[in-house]
Amino acid sequence: MRSARHPHASPSSQPPPDARAAAIRQALSVSAATGVYGISFGALAVAAGLDLWQTTALSLLMFTGGSQFAFIGVLGGGGAAGAAVATAGLLGARNALYGAALAPLLHARGARRALAAHLTIDESTAVATAQRDPDVARTGFWWTGLGVFVLWNVFTAVGALVGDALGDPTRWGLDAAAAAAFLGLLWPRLASRTAQGVAAGAVVVALALTPLAPAGVPILAAAAVAVVVGWRDPGPRLHGHDHDDRHDDDDGPGGPPAPGPAPTSRGARTGPAARPWSRVRPGAGA
Amino acid sequence: MSAYAATWVAILAASAVCFLTKLVGHRVPEHWLAQPRVARVAALVTVALLAALVGVTTVVTGASLAVDARLVAVAVAAVALALRAPFVVVVVLAAVVAAVLRALT
Repeated sequence: MRSARHPHASPSSQPPPDARAAAIRQALSVSAATGVYGISFGALAVAAGLDLWQTTALSLLMFTGGSQFAFIGVLGGGGAAGAAVATAGLLGARNALYGAALAPLLHARGARRALAAHLTIDESTAVATAQRDPDVARTGFWWTGLGVFVLWNVFTAVGALVGDALGDPTRWGLDAAAAAAFLGLLWPRLASRTAQGVAAGAVVVALALTPLAPAGVPILAAAAVAVVVGWRDPGPRLHGHDHDDRHDDDDGPGGPPAPGPAPTSRGARTGPAARPWSRVRPGAGA
Repeated sequence: MSAYAATWVAILAASAVCFLTKLVGHRVPEHWLAQPRVARVAALVTVALLAALVGVTTVVTGASLAVDARLVAVAVAAVALALRAPFVVVVVLAAVVAAVLRALT
């Protein structure tokens, strides 16, 4: 049945055309919001010591924002290339879960599947899984994936040129901007108390190991906190429910300040709140 | 191998790792990765790495801890995030705060 289908044919009933148009509009707005902050990636990559070609290669070939920021963050902090690769790879691990959720929707094979895999990021997954109709979900995925890809790469190049022209990065506060970028990527993921505890523990581990271990290693070691907690914790689900959100707002114990209500849980811009990617604010985690 | 070439090798290797991770997700049966424990660990690893990167980029210089304009800038960024400022605004704000503090001191 799958093989006999035309790529553009609908399974049984035609989805309403306005649902498709809405998905495309959503895809375009997410693409614009995400693409624009490619400027900050480009500028920060140059500030971390990469040249224009290396910076654009990262956005073209790696194309997963969190990993890209982590890669330049580790290198910029004097970390070894191996530590940068490991950190970027670990941060990209969530994309495997996104792929597993998308594959049954996309039914892509061969080169098309490879392209779908490359375009599997927070935003394309969020838009695709927010749609009710599988056909519209496919539309949402491809429009978002391709839209973010094009704009992210264009704005990365713009940012790299700007960063190059600025010269000394610390004079312009670009080192602080890099730290703020990581905080911005982290923020929408801090909704649950477990996540807040892990974040606090990770900071402590990374800073405690800094004088003892080579640069880059303390960051990787912090990931162990997550593995230990995530493996053992049988408790409330991370991606919580709305009542958890409200509860968490009231008292963020220790560690990072309690976040505001998860941006997507009430706006429903990116779908069901019980999914990991639905936490991710469009434009905050390519 | 020069540092420049090593960076290129790292870029290509990390890109390959990230792509293969995505591809594996598309190829394995969904239920393998749908286990709550796997999803929980993956989500928390993302949180831990990003939090560690925040900490290190905010107060580490070389191999030691150093409090400077970055810490103030990141505190301002946190306030902006709490007020739901867009990502780009947060990043630019932090840069401006750090740059102004350094120009003044």
